[in-house]
Amino acid sequence: MATGDLNPNHYPAQRAAKVVQHYLNTRHGSPFRLFGLHSVENGSAENVNDTGRKYQLGLTVHEIISNTTLNCTAEVIFPDGAEQQPPVVQVSCEDLSKSNATAEEEAFYQQYKSNQSLVSAQNLPDSYGHIDPDKKPFWHLGIVASSFVMLNESNENTLYNMAQVANITQLATENEQLKFDSHILLHDMVSQEILHWKLLFTWSPAEGVEVQDMEQLRRCNH
Amino acid sequence: IYRVYTIFILFIMLFIEFLLHQILRVVAKDEVQLSLIRELEDLDFWRGVTDVHSPVDVRVPSHSLQSVKVYLETLDIEYSVMIEDLQVMLDEEQEEMDSALRVVEPRDTNSFDYSRYHTLQEIYEFQDMLVAENPSLVSKIVIGQSYQGRPINVLKFSTGGTKRPAIWIDTGIHSREWVTQASGTWFAKKIVTDYGKDPALTAILNNMDIFLEIVTNPDGFYYTHSSNRMWRKTRKPNRGSNCVGVDPNRNWDAGFGAPGASNNPCSETYRGPSAHSESEVRSIVDFVKSHRNFKAFVSIHSYSQMLLYPYGYTRTPAKDQAELHSLARKAISDLATLYGTRYRYGSIINTIYQASGGTIDWTYNQGIKYSYTFELRDTGRYGFILPANQIIPTAKETWLALMAIMDHTNKNPY
Repeated sequence: MATGDLNPNHYPAQRAAKVVQHYLNTRHGSPFRLFGLHSVENGSAENVNDTGRKYQLGLTVHEIISNTTLNCTAEVIFPDGAEQQPPVVQVSCEDLSKSNATAEEEAFYQQYKSNQSLVSAQNLPDSYGHIDPDKKPFWHLGIVASSFVMLNESNENTLYNMAQVANITQLATENEQLKFDSHILLHDMVSQEILHWKLLFTWSPAEGVEVQDMEQLRRCNH
Repeated sequence: IYRVYTIFILFIMLFIEFLLHQILRVVAKDEVQLSLIRELEDLDFWRGVTDVHSPVDVRVPSHSLQSVKVYLETLDIEYSVMIEDLQVMLDEEQEEMDSALRVVEPRDTNSFDYSRYHTLQEIYEFQDMLVAENPSLVSKIVIGQSYQGRPINVLKFSTGGTKRPAIWIDTGIHSREWVTQASGTWFAKKIVTDYGKDPALTAILNNMDIFLEIVTNPDGFYYTHSSNRMWRKTRKPNRGSNCVGVDPNRNWDAGFGAPGASNNPCSETYRGPSAHSESEVRSIVDFVKSHRNFKAFVSIHSYSQMLLYPYGYTRTPAKDQAELHSLARKAISDLATLYGTRYRYGSIINTIYQASGGTIDWTYNQGIKYSYTFELRDTGRYGFILPANQIIPTAKETWLALMAIMDHTNKNPY
C-alpha cells in the first residue's frame, strides 16, 4: 500500500478523493446541487495502528450545476478489518455553505409535493445519454441517494460512479418530505462490475436526502 | 369462411414457426464425427459441413431438439447452443429493422450523422460506403469472425507501397463504451477528408499505412443494442457456467494468469480459459504477427479521460517509459487545446489499476514501441452513456492526441 507522499495522478489518491465526492453529495447534494471530483492537487497516506489507513488530500471539486470549482482539504480513513466498513471523512471547502439553488429547490419541492399524480421516470440517462430536461432533477436525486451507498461501499480497492437510474418512482407520504423508491445501477471502475441497488429515500430542501432503506439486488443471469 | 380460417391458422403457424427452435454449433473432432454430422442432412444447416474442427451451425426445430441432442451426446460430438430461441432473435431483428426504416438511411458518408450513436448494421454499411467513395485510399479487410459469426472488419488506409510501417487503431473492444465506436467512425471519415489537405496527416500516409478496427467486439456491440446496454465482454458461453463472455482486454498473452484479471466466468474481467481463446482477440494477434511491421498500436476505451502506456500486469517500468511518458504528455496537452478537457497519463498499473492479459502489454512485448490505451470522456458523470452531443467534441479532441502519436511515430522510425 502506498505510504508517504502520493502522486496525485495515480490511483491511490484518486480513489480516496472520489470518496470525498460521495461524502459531499450525501451532505450537500440536492436536485439542483451536485459535486464532482475535479482534481487532486496533493496527497499523503499513512497506516494508523489499530485504526486503518489515513489519507490527507488537497483537492478541487466541481459544483456541476452552477459550474463552480471549490478548493478543499480532506482526510479519509479507511478502517482496518476483513468486512467492508464505510470510510470516515472530514472535509473543508471554501464557500461550501453558499448555495445558489435554494429557489429552484423550493419550486421543485412545491411542484411535486402538491402534484395530483405521483411522478415516475426510467432510464436516466437512456442508452444514448439523453435525459428529458424536466427529469434531470430526478437524475441528480438518484446520484445523491446513491452516494450514500457508494460512500458505504468504498475502500482502497474501489472507485464508484453511478451508471444509471433504472427507475425512480415517487411514493405518497403523510409528512413533509418527498419520498422515492428507486433502482440504481452503480459502476465500480476497479472490478468493472455493474451493481444493482434498490434505494428508498426522502428529500426536502430543509432535510436534504435521507436514505430509509438500501438493498443490493443480486443478479442471477449474466 | 373455411378458407379464411385455414389461411388464418397458416398465418399463425408461420408466425410462431421458429418458436423455441435453437441454433446448435457442432464441432467434429475427426472424420468419423464429421460424417455422422452429415447424417443430420434433413436439418437446416446455416453453416454447412466443411472439415474437422470447423464449426457447423444447424437449426433444430423444437420437436427434434431432444433427439438431436441425445444423438450428439451419445456419439460424444461437441455442440453448444448458439441461439437459444430463434423466434426471439428474429422478433428482435424485425423490431430493429422496423425502427431502422423510420430513420432515413444515409446515401453517403457525407450525409452520415456522426453526432448520433449507430447500430452495428449502420456502421458496417458506413464502412462499405467509405471504401466505395475512396477506392484508391481505403480498403476493407475481414480479419476474422466473431464467436457468433459476424465479420471482423478492419479499414486499411494506404497510399501504396508494400507492407509499409503501419499504425493500428481500434475502438469498441468493450462493447458498452459507445463513444469509442462512434469516434472510430468519425476518425475514418477524418482520414479521408484530411488526406491531401492536412500536411501532417498527408506526410504520415505518404510513408505509413493506418489500420482502423471500429467494432472490435461486434457480438457484444449487438448485445448492447438488443439486450443490455452495460455489456462489456464477448458473447461466448463458458463451459460449466451460466455466465457468458470473456473480457477481451484480459485475454491477451501478456502476464496471462497473473493478478489483474479474474478466473471467474461471471466476472467482468474474466480472462478466458486461455490466452487468445477469443476469436476477436486471436484475429488481431494473427493479423499483427503476419504483418510484422506495426510501429504504433492504439486501443481506445472509455471512460476516465486517461492516456496510458504499458505495463498493466507488472510494476516493472517499460524499457521506453521515458519516451512514452513524454509523448503522452505532448498528446494530452494537444488534446486539451480544443476544449480544455483534462486527461491524466502514465502507465496502466500506476494510473488506473493492475490489469493482466491486456492488449497493449502484448503489443509492446511484440516490439511495437508506441503502444497506448486511451480512456475517453467522461470522468463518471455520464460514464458509459455519454450524451450523443459529446461524440464529435470527444472525437475531435482525441484526434489531436492521435495525430501527436502518429506524427511522432512517423518521425522516429525504428
